[in-house]
Amino acid sequence: MTQMNMIQAINSAHENLLERDKSVVVFGEDAGYFGGVFNATEGLQEKFGKQRCFDTPISEGGIIGAAIGMAVNGLKPLVEIQFSDYIYPGFDQIVSEAARIRYRSAADFTVPLTIRTPCGGGIRGGQTHSQSPEAIFTHVSGLKTIMVSNPYDAKGLLIAAVEDPDPVIFFEPKRLYNGPFSGDPAAPSQSWENHEFGDVPEKYYSLPLGKARVVKEGADLSIITYGTMVHVSLAAAEKSGLDVEVIDLRTLSPIDLETITASVQKTGRCLVVHEATFTGGYGGEILSLIQENCFYNLEAPIRRVAGWDIPYPHAFEWEYFPGLDRVVRAINIVMEG
Amino acid sequence: MNKLKIPAPKYRPGDAPNFENMMVGVNQNLSKPNIDSAPLDMMDHALGLVRVLNDEGELYGEWIPDISDDELLKGLSDMVITRIYDDRMQVMQRVGKMSFYLKCTGEEAIAVAQTAALEDQDMCFASYRQQGILIARGFPLLTMMNHCLSNSQDICKGRQLPIMYTWSEGNYFTISGNLGTQFPQAVGWAMASAYKGESAVASTWIGDGTTATNDFHQGMTFASVYKAPALLNVVNNQWAISSFQGFAAGEGTTFASRGIGYGIPGIRLDGNDFLAVYAVTKWAAERARAGHGSTLIEHFTYRAAAHSTSDDPSKYRPENEQEFWPFGDPIDRLKAYVIKKGIWSEKKHEALVKEHTKTVFDAYKKAESYGTLSSGDRPEVSTIFEDIFEQPTNTLRRQRQELGI
Ligand SMILES: Cc1ncc(C[n+]2csc(CCOP(=O)(O)OP(=O)(O)O)c2C)c(N)n1
Ligand SMILES: [Mg+2]
Repeated sequence: MTQMNMIQAINSAHENLLERDKSVVVFGEDAGYFGGVFNATEGLQEKFGKQRCFDTPISEGGIIGAAIGMAVNGLKPLVEIQFSDYIYPGFDQIVSEAARIRYRSAADFTVPLTIRTPCGGGIRGGQTHSQSPEAIFTHVSGLKTIMVSNPYDAKGLLIAAVEDPDPVIFFEPKRLYNGPFSGDPAAPSQSWENHEFGDVPEKYYSLPLGKARVVKEGADLSIITYGTMVHVSLAAAEKSGLDVEVIDLRTLSPIDLETITASVQKTGRCLVVHEATFTGGYGGEILSLIQENCFYNLEAPIRRVAGWDIPYPHAFEWEYFPGLDRVVRAINIVMEG
Repeated sequence: MNKLKIPAPKYRPGDAPNFENMMVGVNQNLSKPNIDSAPLDMMDHALGLVRVLNDEGELYGEWIPDISDDELLKGLSDMVITRIYDDRMQVMQRVGKMSFYLKCTGEEAIAVAQTAALEDQDMCFASYRQQGILIARGFPLLTMMNHCLSNSQDICKGRQLPIMYTWSEGNYFTISGNLGTQFPQAVGWAMASAYKGESAVASTWIGDGTTATNDFHQGMTFASVYKAPALLNVVNNQWAISSFQGFAAGEGTTFASRGIGYGIPGIRLDGNDFLAVYAVTKWAAERARAGHGSTLIEHFTYRAAAHSTSDDPSKYRPENEQEFWPFGDPIDRLKAYVIKKGIWSEKKHEALVKEHTKTVFDAYKKAESYGTLSSGDRPEVSTIFEDIFEQPTNTLRRQRQELGI
């Protein structure tokens, strides 16, 4: 095992994939020679040649449309959209095409395509470098949606996404690239060094899609979360002094209902936490599933902590971000309820 | 064998750049056509290069504009402030006063000269690299700085990254971080101007890299179909972050020539030549106002600075590449011309630089007194819930209460 931060783990996944499978091809804006604005593809062009990892025009629709065509012709494109805030020009190709080609052609054509994209705030990126648009994609049938929270999962799930025969959107919370984040911007920044999930095998491995992880076991209350908020929830659990269970969904769609229901049936109390805006967020879906499956086990109303229904304001990042205090407060409300 | 072709720039870090043959066979002595000329009759303009100032700093050719001494000196002055402003803001970003900055070094003429040639009523849909428009139109430096510092006086109320200015009063559209979106919007603005029977035109600027976006092509199509009174500028500064213009399919062709296929005349010009930018803008604005539709203008230039404060160009291009750029520096070139013309001197220039340095410095001190991103002097927190809609929804009211403000 080697210590890796999340960028190194993602880079290592690319390296293993490119090494193992000639049909894997990597591309995106500034992803080739330069190695990507977050260095996720650094060194790949040099090592594997410019036809296996290359730069593209600034055209997200072109990147995804071309990737679909390449996938249909036997390749396995692994593409980068520089920021998830810039994925929208490619939206039609994702929603109307990649997600539906298998179905509309009765599996005559299929699209093994992986779209990686950094998401989330906490890096002073302003409203066009901070969004968490996952719920827009979980709403689409025919797409698998992942959001990772640590280097170990990032590598294993990225490899699984590329192995998967269908289109996968892979969200990387950029705030977590260099270390976990407790949600307190004033605290000294943490690194992945010596972190349990910063220990990453250099060799090829994959983790199953659709499996959540119980990050911390507990009996009092379940927090269902993903991405950056996994770490904020862990910090809030500790601060609350209660015996909180924290579940990292990892794959949002398909969702791991068994792990969620087992947890909520055990604790009888539940909080759902995400960074994305509240209304129409993925939390609503999680809540509905719990209501349908665990209603008679619930001892209190389920609550959600999420971003406000506003764009991510640059100078008010920490007022937008559903940080430690808001999660602790919500834990207490659910416990009292 | 893998036969996929991937373009590559001529020079990478460590190489010695040489652009001597870049313009071999390119017509740099172009006629000035009538404003109602057909796009197909202007093929030479799309493939050539309109210049007014030659390498010796002398005027030549048919495009010499009718421009007053006052306008020339104002243009020079505006370019000088723009550069001093950029340098100051970059330094302040480096010391942590703001989160981000982005310079337009080497590209000052494109914004400043075009603004000089437009009328105040004309609407500008800029990209993030035309701060010279604001300076040329007299937007106070203090206001610009307050925005970049995200302080209590920020016109964007702390909601946007620095440099995302907005100024409706100055006919300058709010800057988007999503590339290319302003391009069809400018065309729509121009269509509305025509609809209302007005004489104002719209002008929009995008980068070479951004010509690859959907928005560029949508804008071109609408501009052509409705003969929108718009100036469509492509600032070809050779780079889009780390990608050279070959990744926007610029190799072996010009961006200006893209107009022809859409039925829009394209003109490529020397973007480091203030007078060429001015002259072609006048022509295109006159054409638009007369109802003959849009013009696609390619400003051939070089991004002398890093993409932004988040970028390190020494990783992907020769460190001193801009020194080899054959078209010089726009400020040096205009300065040399006005000195030669006898309306300016080195001494006056020195005094001007000194004066502007002080003006920028004083404005910055004043701006800082209103706070910086880190000092905490921001607009009221409750303002984050405003302007989602004209009236807040009940959901937003509830969320605001939950935040406790
Ligand atoms: C839709 C979209 N995709 C990607 C980006 C990220 N990005 C910001 S600037 C830039 C390069 C733009 O290059 P160019 O159009 O040549 O303009 P220049 O920066 O050279 O002025 C990129 C890729 C973005 N802002 N918007
Ligand atoms: Mg450019």
